[in-house]
Amino acid sequence: MSAVLEVHDLKAHFFTRRGVIAAVDGVDFSLERGEVMGLVGESGSGKTVTGLSILGLIDPPGRIVAGSIRLAGQELVGASEEEWRMIRGRKVAMIFQDPMMTLNPVLRIDTQMMEAILAHEAIPQEAARQRCRDALGRVGIPSPNERLSAYPHQFSGGMRQRVAIAIALLNNPELIIADEPTTALDVTIQAQIVAQVQKLAAEMGTAVVWVTHDLAVVSGLADKLAVMYAGRIVEEGPTADVLNRPMHPYTLGLLNSLPVRNPRGRPLNQIPGAAPSLLALPPGCPFAPRCIRAVDICRQVAPAETDAGNARRLRCYNPLPAAEAA
Amino acid sequence: MLAFLIRRIGQSLFVILAMAALVFLGVFFIGNPIDVLLAPDADQAERAEAIVRLGLDKPLWQQFFIFLADLARGDLGTSFVHGTSAVGLIFERLPATMELAFVALVLAVVVGIPLGVIAGLKSEGFAGRSIMTGSIVGFSLPNFWFGIMLILFFAVTLQWLPAGGRGPTGSLFGIELSLLNPAGWPNLLMPALTLAIYKVSLVIRLAYSGTREAMLQDYVRFARAKGLSRRRILGVHVLKNILIPIVTVLGLELGSMIAFAVVTESVFAWPGIGKLLIDSIGRLDRPVIVAYLMIVVALFAVINLVVDILYSVLDPRVRLSDTGN
Ligand SMILES: Nc1ncnc2c1ncn2[C@@H]1O[C@H](COP(=O)(O)OP(=O)(O)O)[C@@H](O)[C@H]1O
Ligand code: SF4
Ligand SMILES: [Mg+2]
Repeated sequence: MSAVLEVHDLKAHFFTRRGVIAAVDGVDFSLERGEVMGLVGESGSGKTVTGLSILGLIDPPGRIVAGSIRLAGQELVGASEEEWRMIRGRKVAMIFQDPMMTLNPVLRIDTQMMEAILAHEAIPQEAARQRCRDALGRVGIPSPNERLSAYPHQFSGGMRQRVAIAIALLNNPELIIADEPTTALDVTIQAQIVAQVQKLAAEMGTAVVWVTHDLAVVSGLADKLAVMYAGRIVEEGPTADVLNRPMHPYTLGLLNSLPVRNPRGRPLNQIPGAAPSLLALPPGCPFAPRCIRAVDICRQVAPAETDAGNARRLRCYNPLPAAEAA
Repeated sequence: MLAFLIRRIGQSLFVILAMAALVFLGVFFIGNPIDVLLAPDADQAERAEAIVRLGLDKPLWQQFFIFLADLARGDLGTSFVHGTSAVGLIFERLPATMELAFVALVLAVVVGIPLGVIAGLKSEGFAGRSIMTGSIVGFSLPNFWFGIMLILFFAVTLQWLPAGGRGPTGSLFGIELSLLNPAGWPNLLMPALTLAIYKVSLVIRLAYSGTREAMLQDYVRFARAKGLSRRRILGVHVLKNILIPIVTVLGLELGSMIAFAVVTESVFAWPGIGKLLIDSIGRLDRPVIVAYLMIVVALFAVINLVVDILYSVLDPRVRLSDTGN
């Protein structure tokens, strides 16, 4: 199998007045056709910037400073704006966090759907409309024909997110980047949307990067997990392996802060400390100030990525022994 | 939509009625019209006859209803100075004022929106900063001073444009318009520019802040993620959003341009209703003043109604909340 997406040593930095923010600082991963990857990490770890980089949507003062993004073999880093435009929405689609904000409040749903097709293909209006109707039906919106001529404010949050998903699926992309698409929704609707995306992506062979700060959401959805901290992927592997036998202390911290993994009555174990300021990263492992397993070397040189076997990768000098899990 | 219209028309009628009462009372308190209408040497009998003829012997409320009835028929008396219908006089002069306001409005939109959008997109750049500085200057220039400077430069020094007056006009359905006659355009240019300069600055600022805000919204990011061209994002997604405040503000400004064209019309000797009002006040031509006030109030009401309708067309959230959906 050939990879749909290969991201190699991707670096996206923001050049602000206060200094350079290395929001994404050497990220590697790849996705097969139809594969679903969960990209998890605390807020501010660089997940959104990673997703936006893949669509060429990093605006000044930020830019991709190094690395490579290959989509079905085509190198995107260094592509012209028009080349990016042709990729966006056609080969890579993105869904954003807040469904209340992603649809334009003053344009009808049909306008916002049809333009997504017509930006890439010159087909008759009626054919485009038919495709929009089908797409709404597929994401479970009742009476799609009538809903097409409605405005966003006439939909609930969950329904709006379905519309956004329908738009993302319109051109049958090879990859969907879903940036915390259920965070703003309540739990039942969250579960429905996760199931829907999983089903549709499987049917259409679409690869998915599902970004979230909540491990519980992706545990049943993703084939593999990538855990991000301070602009780098610190641990990656098949979902079940990572969840059952985390190797990186940060991953364990994330797992322990999940309510479901916590015996009744015990207070949740939040990871001590806060995510570091990317402006003033200490030398060495960025997690060291919060890490209970830190050793001397951790504070001096940042750990390089190592192959931990069984399709697992890791950035840590002192990983957890197998017994620490569960 | 219908309920909305009926309610708004009702509100407008109420405003006009309230204004009518104010104007009526104002005129009643200002002084005795007999003194103005009759020759100073008229005798007691002539006075009494005039009072009865004019209905001034009737109780106040009856006089008010007579005034309202006349108002409804569009009859607000005869100008003391011109000897013709006061309403007729206003309507004769109205096209000149409307035309000026219309040209200023078009200038504000076609110059102000593109400049504001460019400044909003490049707010850190040289173009953006220059445009915004220019708009501050445009804001703070006094209208009459700008007009006089234009006259000094283009009419006196360069002698390119006429200093004032309306110049030749063309006629459409009996309405005289400078726009219809290219020979009249030089006369129209400076007064329209004078009236427009503030509106252009206003639209630039509205378009600037609207664009800056819209560009940061998720819907713009989502539109980009769909692969839309920049042109479509700006021309449809951003523009439709920034038009909402611009239409609202410009609508209100249109009303005030018509009502307060007085300064510009005086500077350029432009024969519109503003100039007519100033002349009528100078000569105590009361029927014309009353007719002016009533017509301007009615115009305001109509413009406000149109703005509200436009607003609800542009913003679907407003439209639906008003039909009780
Ligand atoms: N436009 C920007 N300008 C400056 N810094 C930014 C910008 N966008 C993101 N960042 C920085 O990049 C880092 C990663 O952000 P983000 O990818 O949004 O995190 P996540 O999605 O994981 O919560 C944050 O520290 C944030 O401050
Ligand atoms: S490298 Fe050291 S500090 Fe960093 S996570 Fe591993 S043990 Fe902790
Ligand atoms: Mg994010």
